[in-house]
Amino acid sequence: MAKKKLKSHNINRDWCKGCGICVHFCPKKVLELDAEEKAVAGDTEACIVCRLCELRCPDLAIEIETETETE
Amino acid sequence: MAVKDFLRERFFPHLWCPGCGHGTVLNGLVRAIEELGIRKSDIVMVSGIGCSSRISGYLDFHTLHTIHGRALAFATGVKMSRPKLNLIVPMGDGDALAIGGNHFIHACRRNIDITAIVMNNRIYGMTGGQYSPLSGYGAAATTAPYSNIDHTFDVVELSKAAGATFVARTTSYHPKEITKYIKKAIQHKGFSVVEIMSQCPTYFGRKNKIGGAVEMLEYMKDQTTPIDSKAKAENPDLIERGIFVEKELPEYCEEYEKVIERAKGGA
Amino acid sequence: MTENIKFVQGNEACVEGALYAGLDFFAGYPITPSTEVAEQMSVQLPKIGGSFLQMEDEIASLCAIIGASLTGHKVMTATSGPGFSLMQEALGYAVMAEIPCVIVNVQRGGPSTGNPTHVAQGDVNQARWGTHGDHAIVALTASNHQDVFAVTVEAFNIAETYRTPVILLFDEVIGHMRERLVIPEPGEIPLVERLRTSVKEGVDYHPYLPREDGRLPMSDFGSVHRYNVTGLYHDMWGFPSDNPKIVHGLSRHLMDKIENNAHQIAMVKEYYLEDAEQILISYGASARSALHVVVSRRNRGEQLGLLELQTLWPFPAEIVRDRCRNARSVTVVEMNKGQILEQVKHAVEAPERVFLANRVDGVLINPTDIRNFLRVIQGRGI
Repeated sequence: MAKKKLKSHNINRDWCKGCGICVHFCPKKVLELDAEEKAVAGDTEACIVCRLCELRCPDLAIEIETETETE
Repeated sequence: MAVKDFLRERFFPHLWCPGCGHGTVLNGLVRAIEELGIRKSDIVMVSGIGCSSRISGYLDFHTLHTIHGRALAFATGVKMSRPKLNLIVPMGDGDALAIGGNHFIHACRRNIDITAIVMNNRIYGMTGGQYSPLSGYGAAATTAPYSNIDHTFDVVELSKAAGATFVARTTSYHPKEITKYIKKAIQHKGFSVVEIMSQCPTYFGRKNKIGGAVEMLEYMKDQTTPIDSKAKAENPDLIERGIFVEKELPEYCEEYEKVIERAKGGA
Repeated sequence: MTENIKFVQGNEACVEGALYAGLDFFAGYPITPSTEVAEQMSVQLPKIGGSFLQMEDEIASLCAIIGASLTGHKVMTATSGPGFSLMQEALGYAVMAEIPCVIVNVQRGGPSTGNPTHVAQGDVNQARWGTHGDHAIVALTASNHQDVFAVTVEAFNIAETYRTPVILLFDEVIGHMRERLVIPEPGEIPLVERLRTSVKEGVDYHPYLPREDGRLPMSDFGSVHRYNVTGLYHDMWGFPSDNPKIVHGLSRHLMDKIENNAHQIAMVKEYYLEDAEQILISYGASARSALHVVVSRRNRGEQLGLLELQTLWPFPAEIVRDRCRNARSVTVVEMNKGQILEQVKHAVEAPERVFLANRVDGVLINPTDIRNFLRVIQGRGI
């Protein structure tokens, strides 16, 4: 089975209201709030593509884009 | 189809407060419909009044934003007149169980094929934080400044007793369960109820000193447990999540087809 | 040709009229004196594949028929005073969202539980102003079963033409009395069918953008156009708006589409008005007694006439003003404290010559009652 690998965190800054849910519950502490109180992906290398931020985001502002890993 | 294909994107960002659990319900609901592959034109969403009811405006279905508490009555008319449509009725706790309580129990009793989603944030948010029938004894609210003396309904027990044939509960901390239960509820033939405990950080969280959205989600994580878990045995105060009822009984529109046959002199 | 003649209650005549008009969805809740409407619907509708629903209350009944109207059906509910009171919020929703539907109120004595098994006409103003906020409304009535049938058909026609709720304001006497009814042949009374949009799938459809003639073509819920329906002020797509221009525009549209067509909606019956020196104005069961008085006095050579109103709202003021212009006296015969009287006084040129002949004790106003009032009005002794 081809494994899904993170391509990017697409965060819609217009929709994000900065509630911090994604930041707090990210199991790998990938996300953070920037100076404008908008979610941004920091340490993307640590992302395990669990998608919990995407699923839990009350603003529907996060989309996890993946690509198939070719090893 | 992508999630965004189900949204009326021009109305985003939505009107809900930062950290409102209702957005997570919308998120999970859209994914449920995407996974089921139902055509948008085959879905009618009927809502009432309150923060919760605004969900219908954001979705690209046939949407009917009605009056406070009566969404299920409107939905019953839509479903009876066009039984092939999928009816989804999101309601707040006050909408569904205070002003709409009578319609709620009777829709359960008829077992009409409608999916009711109770977005339970235990407060009237739109009007500024008054206590609802789901606030619970001891809760603080703008109309319970000396602590609430009203006891709460248990949505699951009420739905079971009233005759709903599918009853599930989860929280906005558990987004995968939201999608899973809504999917099952839509697929279920008969009246289905999904209670989703949702956070209102603006009023319930602040008034009751629980904190913001993050703390309220932590609370829902800590205070709930799967049905029949070991944790429940050890701590009976925990609120159970899962599917409480899933049974087959004659569905109302199908039963009415038999009435037509009898009236026409058939068997 | 064999005529289809029935001997029925007024409530049944209403059911027959509704079915003739193409009704195929009814929801209701039992209440005296309208219950026979629901009972007959439960018998008739399944036979034609239509839907009958007994809901948990009158609120739910009106809500359910509004939902069914949106999927393209002709719909009706029936009730009486207390139930009509409960329906007022949903009635306003049907006004605001412009949903065709027919609401029957077989009037009994009120307020509150009142005088459930007895006649009254006290809900005239409630029909006009029962729901909150400025709005226009259509309310029709009738005094005999043939007319009950005809105005019921007309109620559906008006509902479809103007995308509006229409109230049928009958009363206990008309509802329960038995009388001959000849069912017209199909096509004998013209029917207005739902005006559906010709906009194709994939092309923008505006559910709340009136055509040049003011009508708004509909699209059935469940078909290709997905749009929003709300009780909030809304734009041409049906989405909520508090933009003052949109609020003002919609508010005017909701009033104008009815008030500007009041002459089209106005239905009256005229008896001996050409040379009448004294005019009775009446409607519903009261008009039966009024007509009896007029006919018997005419036989004695008195110049008495009757203007029977079938449209109560919008009030046919122009017709009333015109017909009463040369009358020495105008007497409104009704079973309330003067609800139509006030409208007549506003309408005529000489309001000081408008009098009330009424009865509000649950008993049908009879010809003797009316004669007694006339005697007082004519100054022939008390």
